[in-house]
Amino acid sequence: MTTSTLSLSTLLPILPEIVLVLVAALVMTLDIIWPESRRRNLGFITAGGLALAAVVALIFSQPPAGTENALIFGGMMRNDALTFFFRLLFLFSGLIVALLSVDSPGVGRKGEYYAIVIGAVIGMNFMAAAGDLIMLYLAMETTSIALYLLAGFLREDDKSAESGLKYFLFGAFTSSVMLYGFSLLYGFTGKTNLYELSAALLGGSVPTAPLLVALLLVLVGFGFKVSAVPFHFWSPDVYEGAPTPITAFISVASKAAGFAVLVRVLLVVFPAVQSYWGPLVAVIAVFTMTLGNTLALAQRNIKRMLAYSSIAQAGYALIGLAAMSQAGITAIIFYLLMYTVTNLATFGVIILASRAIGSDEIADYAGLSRRSPGLALALMVGLLSLGGMPPLAGFFAKFFIFAAAVEAGQVWLAVIGVLNAIIGLYYYLTVLKVVYLFRSERDNQAIAIPRAYALALGLCALGVILIGTLAGPWFTWADAAAGSLF
Amino acid sequence: MTFPILSVITFTPLAAGLLILLIPAERKTEVRMVALAAGLFATLLSLFAYFGYDQALGGYQYMERYAWIPQFGITYFVGGDGLSLPLVLLTAVVMLTGVLISWGVDDRPREFFAFLFILATGVFGVFVALDLFHLFFFYEIAVFPMYLLIAIWGWVKTREYAAMKLTLYLFIGSVIALVGALAMFYAVRNFTGESTFDMLAISAAQQAGAFDFNVVLNNPFTGLPWLVTNFQKMAFPFVFFGFAVLGGIFPFHNWSPDGHVAAPTAVSMFHAGVLMKLGAFAALRVGVMLLPDGARFHAPWIVLLALVNVVYGAFIAMNQNDLKYMIGFSSVSHMGLVAMALTTLNLEGYTGAGLQMFSHGVMTALFFACVGMIYDRTHTRQMPELGGLAKKMPWVAVAFIIGGFTSMGMPGLSGFVAELPIFIGVWKAKALDVIGLPDWFATLAQQPWYFPLIAVIAAVSIVVTAAYVLRAVQRVFFGDLPAEFEHHVGDVTVLDKTALVILTSLMVVIGVYPAIIAPLVASAVRPVLALLGVQ
Repeated sequence: MTTSTLSLSTLLPILPEIVLVLVAALVMTLDIIWPESRRRNLGFITAGGLALAAVVALIFSQPPAGTENALIFGGMMRNDALTFFFRLLFLFSGLIVALLSVDSPGVGRKGEYYAIVIGAVIGMNFMAAAGDLIMLYLAMETTSIALYLLAGFLREDDKSAESGLKYFLFGAFTSSVMLYGFSLLYGFTGKTNLYELSAALLGGSVPTAPLLVALLLVLVGFGFKVSAVPFHFWSPDVYEGAPTPITAFISVASKAAGFAVLVRVLLVVFPAVQSYWGPLVAVIAVFTMTLGNTLALAQRNIKRMLAYSSIAQAGYALIGLAAMSQAGITAIIFYLLMYTVTNLATFGVIILASRAIGSDEIADYAGLSRRSPGLALALMVGLLSLGGMPPLAGFFAKFFIFAAAVEAGQVWLAVIGVLNAIIGLYYYLTVLKVVYLFRSERDNQAIAIPRAYALALGLCALGVILIGTLAGPWFTWADAAAGSLF
Repeated sequence: MTFPILSVITFTPLAAGLLILLIPAERKTEVRMVALAAGLFATLLSLFAYFGYDQALGGYQYMERYAWIPQFGITYFVGGDGLSLPLVLLTAVVMLTGVLISWGVDDRPREFFAFLFILATGVFGVFVALDLFHLFFFYEIAVFPMYLLIAIWGWVKTREYAAMKLTLYLFIGSVIALVGALAMFYAVRNFTGESTFDMLAISAAQQAGAFDFNVVLNNPFTGLPWLVTNFQKMAFPFVFFGFAVLGGIFPFHNWSPDGHVAAPTAVSMFHAGVLMKLGAFAALRVGVMLLPDGARFHAPWIVLLALVNVVYGAFIAMNQNDLKYMIGFSSVSHMGLVAMALTTLNLEGYTGAGLQMFSHGVMTALFFACVGMIYDRTHTRQMPELGGLAKKMPWVAVAFIIGGFTSMGMPGLSGFVAELPIFIGVWKAKALDVIGLPDWFATLAQQPWYFPLIAVIAAVSIVVTAAYVLRAVQRVFFGDLPAEFEHHVGDVTVLDKTALVILTSLMVVIGVYPAIIAPLVASAVRPVLALLGVQ
């Protein structure tokens, strides 16, 4: 199963991460060498490095066919289609976030900022790849600590500092609870490898009740990562205070990474108690959707609104997990793909617009369509995709999720999801109304869109439309990734 | 490979819309020229498709099919028949005239035409869809631009309210229909083992018996079945009402007059002229054709709702002082006739439904165009404040009067050609399947006078229509011209006149020479009736 000799070829599956480490080192070095005026290019170098890692991944790190040889490095990591899919997703989000950071005040010209972003991407890649509880925990902590730092990066800004501290306290607490769950699992079986754990637990030697306790403890940690109710309290404050590119990063990549480990651990380690966690996830999904959507209705600040919206979006994705079928997992992966691209587009607009407007209040977005038709259009694409309107990605994503629920016989869950989609549409449309309908005093001051942002927004908007029209190839890809769990 | 005419028609507005977005915002004339060119192109192609349809051959023609998401059996699948091609033509004509009439839109015309054209692509896509998923996809595309079009360019007083109300109503309707459609998808998959959204395949599976099973709903408290019913009878209301919301059926018509009134002229034309047909068309295509047993069962009581539409809509219209509200409620009334026709389940009724969709589309687009022209010049739509406009705008007056006569069902105009068969159809209709209806209602619906009585009541409402139309004509166009209009109200532009002539002549042509459309519609209706097991 594993090789003991360390030849160069054994490193191929983690070559993209090795590239990332080198890029991070390069960025740090250039930060010292370069004068302030040239440091704007650090963002482009980071983006280029992430793109390079993606190319390297496509060329050298394709997972082997079949799952027999998927476990590598002594079972610490798993190199399968799921790992590969999420790796590219994280690299893409990191790339967009780097581009969106270029002109962000306080973060755009700091080498350590980009290095930490890259560190977070490395952590996420390993989260999706983890095949062992130890690896999983280390990867999660690598990601989380990097994100705590990033959320509080604007030290001078009270809100950002508060955001970083809150995120850290919540994260540290939930992660210690999760670690306790891991220790119970180890105590029951004496194993830490996910796949060996699975076999041991299916053997029936562990009674159900203690196993459920371990499951619940583990779910606390994952629930925090995906911001599922009732572990969502941190997200509005963190989203509001963090530098907006980091808000975007947390809302998409960190959440997707949480889902990657959630589906892998639940489906691989806990099939023995499937009949318990299935309904539990369904209930969590209902509360997550409904609470996220209803609270989003009341928000006046666009970042807080999107925080609640992203809680709701996690709820829809959880419906796919509750279906416990390959169709359901495929739907989740497709959903995360859609959500990543869409939310990055939306936040990209918000970064630019809020800076030009000088406020995050929705009411202050009045007149945006006159000041910048392009930004308004991109925001419309993003919000309508989140609302599930064709021909944008969100429509197919919701369709697959609801279809998986109906197929699994959970029509009630699909109905609740559909009702929630209607609530969601309402508040997304309300923002668009402000953007298109109302005027502001600065209607004739056009908003300049720097090239880095134009590139990032263009990529995301194009992605949203491509996924929303030619959904076939993306679905096939998501299906292949889901297949590696079954 | 043959020329993919339906796809080209469908995507012409979208391509034009994207092109328009690329034009710099200041160059408004170029924006309008591109819009006009797209409208003309779509109209010409639609005419070509309309007259190129081979009636002797029948069935669906100009079919194109491409795999879309093979895992779900979703395809891009289009085709036209005698029902859809007239509606495609109608959409193209309304698009063209809508552009002509919107020449004066000066607030962000670029976005206006782009959104309007995205909407048009959605409408075309639904009319030519032969795949259920494809139909939904385009149906949703047709719904959401409406929000922005009304909210941005609409009437200041009610636009925000009306736009949100309309969007939520239609979105809720479409997701309800989607639930029904998914149920059909899984029922077919259980029966044939094949994943498909192809409506022809679903129809074939239905005929082979895929839907012939019972749905059992248990009472959650006792665990005992409280409803055991045939799948089709269960699914039909979801699909039919989900779509019929857009057709304005009572009691879900409430969004429509508000929406019509708040919308800018071209959008009102699209909305009442084409969008409402989308609902009726989809209710027929998906509801009646795929679930014929459901239609046979539910028709006897749906006809009552439609009757409420017809009569109540007419009476409310009579009570309006606002010209646009009057036409909005008149649309509710006339679309009620389409819904009523769908419940007749016979050749006359269904042919009438197809004709009425076309006729009403042209007529109501004309009405809203006229009202828009009047409002642009007088800045009021209140009938008591208007008068004597025939002297100032003779073209509008003539067009409005012809539209009014069409609305009353005057012979020689398209309204007569459409409404007469509907009334005959309702008169001849019968309750075909009453097993499962409450006893008293089953007895009532089977009385020989049940449908004839409904036909008579509906026909009498034509008198009400005549009353409000004539009253409006008299108050707006005749009498004394208010002094404040004497100087600043002028005649309409050449573009406006062109639009009026196009719409008016369509009504006259169909009225004088019904053979240009009636046999075409009838050819598409016969297969539907065969599915229903009548004829």
